[in-house]
Amino acid sequence: MRRASWFNITSLTLGFAFLYLPMVLLVIYSFNSSKLVTVWAGFSTKWYGELLQNDAFLNAALVTLKVAVVSSTLATVLGTMAAYILVRGGRFAGRTLFSGMIYAPLVMPEVITGLSLLLLFIGIGLDRGTLTIVLAHTTFSMCYVSVVVSSRLVTFDRSLEEAALDLGCSPFDAFRLVTLPIIAPAVISGWLLAFTLSLDDLVIASFTTGPSSTTLPIKIWSAVRLGVSPEINALSTIMIGIVTFGVIAASLISKRKAVKAQRDVRAAERAVT
Amino acid sequence: MSQPVFAPWDDPNEKPLIRFDDVTKRFGDFVAIDNLSLSIYESEFFALLGPSGCGKTTMMRMLAGFENPSAGKIELAGKNIAGVPPNKRAVNMMFQSYALFPHLSIWENIAFGLKRGDMTKADIAVRVEEMLKLTRLTKFAKRKPHQISGGQRQRVALARALAKAPKLLLLDEPLGALDKKLRQDTQFELMDIQESTGTTFVIVTHDQEEAMTVASRVAVMDEGQIIQVATPDRIYEAPNSVYVADFIGDVNIISGTVKAAGDEMYHLDWVANEAPLLAASDRTFSESQPAHLAIRPEKIAISVDKPTEMKNAVQGTVLDIAYLGNLSTYHVQLGGGQVIKAQTANTRRLSRRTITWEDSVWISWSATAGVLLER
Amino acid sequence: MNIRRFILIAVPYAWLLALFLIPFIIVFKISLSDLALSIPPYSPTAKDGISAMFKAFDLENFIFLASDDLYWRAYLSSLKIALISTILAVLVGYPMAYGMARAPEEWRPTLMMLVILPFWTSFLIRVYAWVGILSNEGLLNQFLLWLGIIDAPLTIMNTTTAVYIGIVYTYLPFMILPIYAALDRLDESLIEAAEDLGCSRLKAFWLVTIPLSRNGIIAGCFLVFIPALGEFVIPSLLGGSGTLMIGKVLFEEFFNNRDWPVASAVAVILLLILIVPIVLFQRNQQRQAEVES
Repeated sequence: MRRASWFNITSLTLGFAFLYLPMVLLVIYSFNSSKLVTVWAGFSTKWYGELLQNDAFLNAALVTLKVAVVSSTLATVLGTMAAYILVRGGRFAGRTLFSGMIYAPLVMPEVITGLSLLLLFIGIGLDRGTLTIVLAHTTFSMCYVSVVVSSRLVTFDRSLEEAALDLGCSPFDAFRLVTLPIIAPAVISGWLLAFTLSLDDLVIASFTTGPSSTTLPIKIWSAVRLGVSPEINALSTIMIGIVTFGVIAASLISKRKAVKAQRDVRAAERAVT
Repeated sequence: MSQPVFAPWDDPNEKPLIRFDDVTKRFGDFVAIDNLSLSIYESEFFALLGPSGCGKTTMMRMLAGFENPSAGKIELAGKNIAGVPPNKRAVNMMFQSYALFPHLSIWENIAFGLKRGDMTKADIAVRVEEMLKLTRLTKFAKRKPHQISGGQRQRVALARALAKAPKLLLLDEPLGALDKKLRQDTQFELMDIQESTGTTFVIVTHDQEEAMTVASRVAVMDEGQIIQVATPDRIYEAPNSVYVADFIGDVNIISGTVKAAGDEMYHLDWVANEAPLLAASDRTFSESQPAHLAIRPEKIAISVDKPTEMKNAVQGTVLDIAYLGNLSTYHVQLGGGQVIKAQTANTRRLSRRTITWEDSVWISWSATAGVLLER
Repeated sequence: MNIRRFILIAVPYAWLLALFLIPFIIVFKISLSDLALSIPPYSPTAKDGISAMFKAFDLENFIFLASDDLYWRAYLSSLKIALISTILAVLVGYPMAYGMARAPEEWRPTLMMLVILPFWTSFLIRVYAWVGILSNEGLLNQFLLWLGIIDAPLTIMNTTTAVYIGIVYTYLPFMILPIYAALDRLDESLIEAAEDLGCSRLKAFWLVTIPLSRNGIIAGCFLVFIPALGEFVIPSLLGGSGTLMIGKVLFEEFFNNRDWPVASAVAVILLLILIVPIVLFQRNQQRQAEVES
């Protein structure tokens, strides 16, 4: 292993400063008491107070959460099915089209996905609202779920499933009792990914939403188009805080698991000798 | 007191447990199994032996139900099992990777198959305990597979597959993942368990030593076909082809043409300026037929002086000596350039040995030491 | 085929057909229709009869797109912005990925997490964060004025520069991760071998490290270029009215002008443009998979 050179340290420092400084500044200025967001006028939490008074934001947050929970759950079910078909399904008519439809949404510009779904909903006369956003979000996030899950399934030792069949399981029981518990981490991260994608989506939601259901990104969008607003800074800080907490907690848990697994292996080795 | 010899394959009244009847298996254009017929009898420990890609694993997967034959039929206890899914077959398999369920404890792994049937909880517990005792795993029942050693995992896989008391147990390279010492111990353990449960075992392996050690009969396979099926000693002492002779153990092959030399005796002309070699054979050869003489190195004696009583003796120089501790193998180059391996047991201390590199020596063997082969 | 397998395949298949493929066919169909003052605002519709509908289809919208240089400029400017942003992202991302791959083993998971973390935070908020930094009274200008480097505030906000910064910033993790993956796999002894055979450090980097991380660079470039091409949020928020990008044009055509047929035609052409990099990307991934197996 080489020593970390000055060049490497510099590039990492500058790079991460670039990645994090904007967010750090956003967080700092959310505690600015001045309405003029770029002029520091002392510490205050008043924008958080105002944010919590703002029913429009709270309603939008509620709608967003509802959409995200429902669509990511649906997407996880459909995406896991799709992944299973892609990896284990063997040949069937239209397989190429199917895998194309799984991968295409990943690279599709959101404006096109949004536009096409909107035209569909209008075409079949479906009123736009929470339901249409859920349908739209499920469709594109199931593709992400399926990519995450299928990359896990590809490395999954197929003989485990065969062993379950050999011991008397029906194919469905083999999936339920063996495959699913083992790929569960991938399914969970697929769900989390779908959930964040849904929480985050502005463009597709703008196309598919109706007047009655405004999601948080749409609400933020209409506010920030007019420039920087201290309330949005406060809201952003809360969202960044939640995500940071979640990611750090998740990585600590997985680290602890890895340490435990290592300890188990050592214990096993001791048991052998 | 003599035990009756276990040899159902020699008894014409015995019904085979498994019968492959002109079975062919194709994957696309690739023929994995080529029109193969084979019978395996109850309580046998049957080994399918061959290099990777010879089709032995495909045969096993067809028995387990993961593949179906493209043509022909496979019978288990007289019933055609084509189309019966793996979960409905009275056949269990021990996987090469063991395929232990990582999220279940050892106890739950062994109970997994039992829970698929209609056994009561109490009966399952009794059976699992029985299997744990049989495989000496009682202490580890609560552990997860990654918390035990490789040898213990192998035993869990065996216990899990045996728990349902299958008519037939399939073992796919069962000892491949173990180191050499452990493998040897486990081979005997496997034989004990097979004997005490009376289950028919079919083992797939590429390790000839393993097949010879454990099996009642060995089938040597190559390119989707069975070359020879016989007991281990027959396979070793009386291979039916150069391929089998070469695959099992070490062998010298001398090629030439035969002429008759009396009752079941032949002379092999092999090089121009050497005397023909004398070999006994119960196969008949026609005059001037090309043939190969296969002789195991340990059946060839090496000496400094010309031996007088041996039928075949050839002179050469020592090219190389491989000292293996208990044995030494001499590579002797003959006048015609061919190198013959001769093996001697090192019953004396090294310093007392008289033969060394570049020495001129005689190698010799009796007429019955080798096997005369057509192909 | 048994019934369970049929259901397993049919459900997601039907879902994607109904909500992914059919909508595209509709977009394609409407791109061939004419604008009309009705609801829906285009004609002909299927109500006019299938054959009448097909007869009325024409390429008028596409001819219009070709003749109005607004669209030409928008497509070209999108390509240019996506391309330049991609190059900038390589220049920023490569040294970071290299630094990560050369960092002490115990630091790498943390660095990795630091790269991934922004990905989980809201895209919109991350772009928005730059508004306060880049505007005329923004923090960057304040800082530079305070340092005395400049006398008058720079105009960055609402220019293409702001869009470059925004794209590089938001898509940087997509560039870093594949390059890091390639560099992480790279066997250190190869570089030592190159140095042993007489290469200078720089030469070894150029002759060994760069070629061996090429697939990672290519993958990263596509992962930045493809979404940047159809980007809407970044040019709208940071680029202002001065920046033409096709995603923005489509959005405005649809919502502001309510010209659905033209918006659909814009989408169809954008898709055609995207097919080239997507196919190239697929081929690169496939080749890499083959090399690895």
